[in-house]
Amino acid sequence: MFDALSEKLQATLADVRGRGTLTEDDIKKAMREIRLALLEADVNFKVVKEFTNTVRERCMGADIVGQLNPGQQVVKIVHEELEALMGGQSGDIVFSPRPPTVILMAGLQGSGKTTATAKLAKFLQKEHGSSVGVAACDVYRPAAVDQLVKVGGQVGATVYEQGTDRDPVDIARWALDQAKQDGKDVLIVDTSGRLHVDEKLMEELKNIRTAVRPHNILLVVDAMTGQDAVNVAEQFGAAVNFDGVIMSKLDGDARGGAALSVKAVTGKPILFASTGEKLDQFERFHPDRMAQRILGM
Amino acid sequence: LFEGDIDEDTWERLEEALIMADVGAQTTAKVVGQLEQEATEGGLVGGEALSQRLTELLADIARTGDGRIDVSHGPTVIMTIGVNGTGKTTTIGKLAWHLQKELGLTVVLGAADTFRAAAVEQLEQWSVRAGCEIVKGPEGSDPGSVAFEAVKRGREIGADVVIVDTAGRLHNQDHLMEELAKIRRVIGKQLADAPHETLLTVDSTTGQNGLRQAQLFSQAVPVDGIVLTKLDGTAKGGIALAIAAETGIPVKLIGIGEALEDLRPFDADDFAAALLSRGD
Ligand SMILES: Nc1nc2c(ncn2[C@@H]2O[C@H](COP(=O)(O)OP(=O)(O)OP(=O)(O)O)[C@@H](O)[C@H]2O)c(=O)[nH]1
Ligand SMILES: Nc1nc2c(ncn2[C@@H]2O[C@H](COP(=O)(O)OP(=O)(O)OP(=O)(O)O)[C@@H](O)[C@H]2O)c(=O)[nH]1
Ligand SMILES: [K+]
Ligand SMILES: [Mg+2]
Ligand SMILES: [Mg+2]
Repeated sequence: MFDALSEKLQATLADVRGRGTLTEDDIKKAMREIRLALLEADVNFKVVKEFTNTVRERCMGADIVGQLNPGQQVVKIVHEELEALMGGQSGDIVFSPRPPTVILMAGLQGSGKTTATAKLAKFLQKEHGSSVGVAACDVYRPAAVDQLVKVGGQVGATVYEQGTDRDPVDIARWALDQAKQDGKDVLIVDTSGRLHVDEKLMEELKNIRTAVRPHNILLVVDAMTGQDAVNVAEQFGAAVNFDGVIMSKLDGDARGGAALSVKAVTGKPILFASTGEKLDQFERFHPDRMAQRILGM
Repeated sequence: LFEGDIDEDTWERLEEALIMADVGAQTTAKVVGQLEQEATEGGLVGGEALSQRLTELLADIARTGDGRIDVSHGPTVIMTIGVNGTGKTTTIGKLAWHLQKELGLTVVLGAADTFRAAAVEQLEQWSVRAGCEIVKGPEGSDPGSVAFEAVKRGREIGADVVIVDTAGRLHNQDHLMEELAKIRRVIGKQLADAPHETLLTVDSTTGQNGLRQAQLFSQAVPVDGIVLTKLDGTAKGGIALAIAAETGIPVKLIGIGEALEDLRPFDADDFAAALLSRGD
């Protein structure tokens, strides 16, 4: 792991490797390389700043200057700090002792909520043997209900839908009643995409939360997101205090620095990775692999 | 941005603002370097002048090629392509409404996303809103043949514009890129010089990967313009600047919401000014 970073840093430090010692200037240069790599990977500007500051301080503090094999030391410090940033407490779905366990999906338009709703249903059926219902609470986006009916049906979940004429909050409440009656273990509530600055729709999301009292609120974040990811996560956090993140579209070639940034800024764990359009392309998230990918230069 | 003395901090703040807008390190360095040089050479004095020159520089980069869409081909065939969930279908709906209801043109939609669940139903609802015809095939059918039939139908009824929707796809999946080229070829069999306009949708929340998207999509098929969607959020869509700088593909349209009227022509000056505006 971190071979690529290692190589890049070694190349940066090539001129001093012969001498075997590092000067303060060499460390500065290395920090510039790391900074660029992280920004290129869409890690948030502020997160990058803090990160490089910490690493720089540790490099100086560790008396690397003048030591043998200093390049290795720098890599080791970067490695450790990055793991600390990505890792920490890893989370899981919280199951309620009194089913159904309710999971509320939220996120920006097109981030992958509806797809993830079906994928998570399939995942929980397979991993936990749960019987799952899904609720169609997106009444705005054309054919959103049809979409959930199809993908929910494909994974064998019961789809609770009432078309598009009722209020999403009412549909959510009704779906929960139905799921209880049907003895479901899990109810996953799909919601419409919304901007974190859309007051009306953020209010609606809060009302859905109040109506179904979810045990888990998951924010679906597109892995291709840039610097705005932090804004989005902070504001969804402020509105509904979500519990964890699903990173979607990780089958692309984006480095996914948004993942690291959301984790760093909100402290919320990334629980799942969505890695394709097929409904079984869904897995637990591995922070170490992600860290490697972000620095894969 | 340029309040107080112009010093090292000023350039750092500017760099920060551009990076935060997703302009990317490379394009940012270029812009900041240029402005700093002009300032040291003494050509620019005072915050006002710097600010104005900066917006000018950014707008110049953003303004590449012709931003217009020519719809005089009778029928003009437009194809939308792009990564999953970026806003292809919604853009088509808005565009169809604009052409049909506001410009009085006759539009036919082709539902060539035969892959994603309920993609056809989604486009169908937009066709109702826009008051135009739609040509569709069964789910899972060949997208090329749906596109072919749509163009054929457009010619039959003497439509002005045919807009073909395609399934979202990631640019790093070669077989899906090849499929796009194939759809294009099939359209060309129905109407020799079609499609006349291929639009790539780029979500303005996209980070540095957006440049790869533009590069790889345009390797697969010629891309005539970018539609920068979802600019109604807090994201500035700065990646479009990097795309313009590196590929020369012009941004033609912007999406600023989910309603029928939320499509606008791209304005480089407005875009440049908004890139640096703080808070929303
Ligand atoms: N390649 C890839 N595509 C995905 C993934 N997850 C979702 N998609 C696609 O992304 C697009 C949007 O997904 P949806 O599930 O409809 O997203 P949404 O958040 O429900 O969208 P709205 O309801 O419109 O806000 C669709 O084309 C999905 O097939 C993924 O992990 N990989
Ligand atoms: N706020 C906002 N939302 C938009 C805009 N354009 C599209 N959307 C929303 O983004 C989501 C995805 O839009 P679609 O048009 O389905 O995207 P697509 O590229 O066709 O998606 P796939 O076909 O699944 O790849 C929907 O919820 C749209 O309503 C925009 O300009 N602003
Ligand atoms: K904006
Ligand atoms: Mg949805
Ligand atoms: Mg679509």
